[in-house]
Amino acid sequence: MPQSLRYVLFAAWVLALASTPLWAENYVVRLAIVIAMYTALTLSWNFIGGFAGYPSFSTAAFFGLGCYAGALPQNAGVPMVLAWALATLFVGMFAALLGIIILRLRGHYFAIASFALVEVVRLVISSWGNLTGGGDGLNVPLVSGGPSAVAQTFLGVMIAIMLIVFAVTILVDRSRLGFGLSCIQQNEDAADMVGVDTTRYKVYAYTLSAMFCGTVGAAYASWTGYIDPSDSFSIIMTVKVPVMCLLGGAGTVLGPVVGAAAFLLLEEFFWANFLEYNRAILGVIIVVLIFFLPGGLLRISYSDLLSRTVRRSTQPGATP
Amino acid sequence: MSASILELENVSKHFGGIRAVSSVSVDLREGEIVALIGPNGAGKTTLVNVITGVHPASAGRIRFLGADVTRQRPFQAARRGLARTFQIVQPFPRMSVLENVAAGALFGGAHASVSDAMEAAREQLDFTGLTAFADRAASALTLAGRKRVELAKSLAMKPKILMLDEVNAGLNSSEIDGALTLIRRVSERGVTILIIEHLMKVVLSLAQRVLVLHHGELIAEGKPSDIVDDPRVIEAYLGEKFARRFKETASHG
Repeated sequence: MPQSLRYVLFAAWVLALASTPLWAENYVVRLAIVIAMYTALTLSWNFIGGFAGYPSFSTAAFFGLGCYAGALPQNAGVPMVLAWALATLFVGMFAALLGIIILRLRGHYFAIASFALVEVVRLVISSWGNLTGGGDGLNVPLVSGGPSAVAQTFLGVMIAIMLIVFAVTILVDRSRLGFGLSCIQQNEDAADMVGVDTTRYKVYAYTLSAMFCGTVGAAYASWTGYIDPSDSFSIIMTVKVPVMCLLGGAGTVLGPVVGAAAFLLLEEFFWANFLEYNRAILGVIIVVLIFFLPGGLLRISYSDLLSRTVRRSTQPGATP
Repeated sequence: MSASILELENVSKHFGGIRAVSSVSVDLREGEIVALIGPNGAGKTTLVNVITGVHPASAGRIRFLGADVTRQRPFQAARRGLARTFQIVQPFPRMSVLENVAAGALFGGAHASVSDAMEAAREQLDFTGLTAFADRAASALTLAGRKRVELAKSLAMKPKILMLDEVNAGLNSSEIDGALTLIRRVSERGVTILIIEHLMKVVLSLAQRVLVLHHGELIAEGKPSDIVDDPRVIEAYLGEKFARRFKETASHG
């Protein structure tokens, strides 16, 4: 598929999401918000997990920190949008400092450290009761308006965040940073030898992967109006996001968009049709996809597939 | 005699109790081709690793163009102009040959933009005779081709010193001849070359000076013709038979 056609399809997809309030009920609008939100998270993960090839499981830690870093200033009187910006900055700085320490680890060791982060941050937030409300959670100032007005607002917000992360992805993909990250992903020692400052580049990628999770988290907190540690730091989220990215095609610009959409629509379909077995079916699908589509949905040559199917159907029995 | 470009002063590298390189002092002069020889495990590759910062030196000092670079990291060595190829080729496997070389130009050769680096990479592909393979995946080439990519990648970094770690190992004799011509042409550009090599034919035809390492120590240093006469080198590395044969061919003409 030519590159320009892909971007046209992407634009059509964004329009479809954005126009849901015009043609669908609130339930579908809510689904569109969730898709935009997870697309932004998956695009974020792609910086470290896709471009740099470092399997990070810290998405929920950054998302959860973003929830609290957005909610606390608002409760202290800071305007909502400014609080979101503060959350973005805070989470970005947190990831940069942390990255300097844990990005010295490679492969599985990095994955374990990043995974542990979710649990550590969750414990700190739930133990720090007098600031964060601990296990009781925290109320966040509500946006005025009825349910459908609020949904429309946050649909716009999540799509805007998604588009910003998408734009940053395109910039990174075409820049020195993107080139250096793909060198690191393919052969870190060789990258070092041609003059890539590998530690610095990995810290950049990790920071990029974190800061927009912070924005999404802060916006999510304002959307729901209430956050607590178990909702904000969910292990399921930290696993789902990498799976979405791998499903679509890690390290590509549009892979995360395709992956997040495909995953959430599948999940929705199974949730609605097989209430009891939906998780199991989803698990099987993930395993099958990862086994047979290691490069993701975008790496399949659809024209090849089509011509092969056509050939097979016109010459029955001819293929061994 | 031209000026020193790289000075090693009592450089040592220990791995636990193993002394891989011990107290090596040597200078490289601008524009010369120096061969580093010695038996397997003598510490040749370790010495290159210490120079390029892959392993920090346990003791001693390294000066490059007058500046102390003992504590540098590999990417800094690359940016300063100390390029090396690996004994076992290290391509970026899923990138094209052009992109592999462009990586060297972009990060080591300090080109501002990706498109500038691509252009510089094309020149190096032309120089190394790889233009026809520009869009192939690096991993799809033959061993000789991949070694050539390594060389092009290093050249794209605009090196002042190029360290070649067994670039001829595993090549057939016509491929070796091609590689030798290429190395000579690189040297004509004024690049100082340190070549680790087992094939004495290559050493004798290329090098102006030979360093011999044995058990991590520099046991001899000098012109190729003197080295093959040196009893310590004969005992440690060359063997009696080779030395005699070399002297015979030399005296016959």
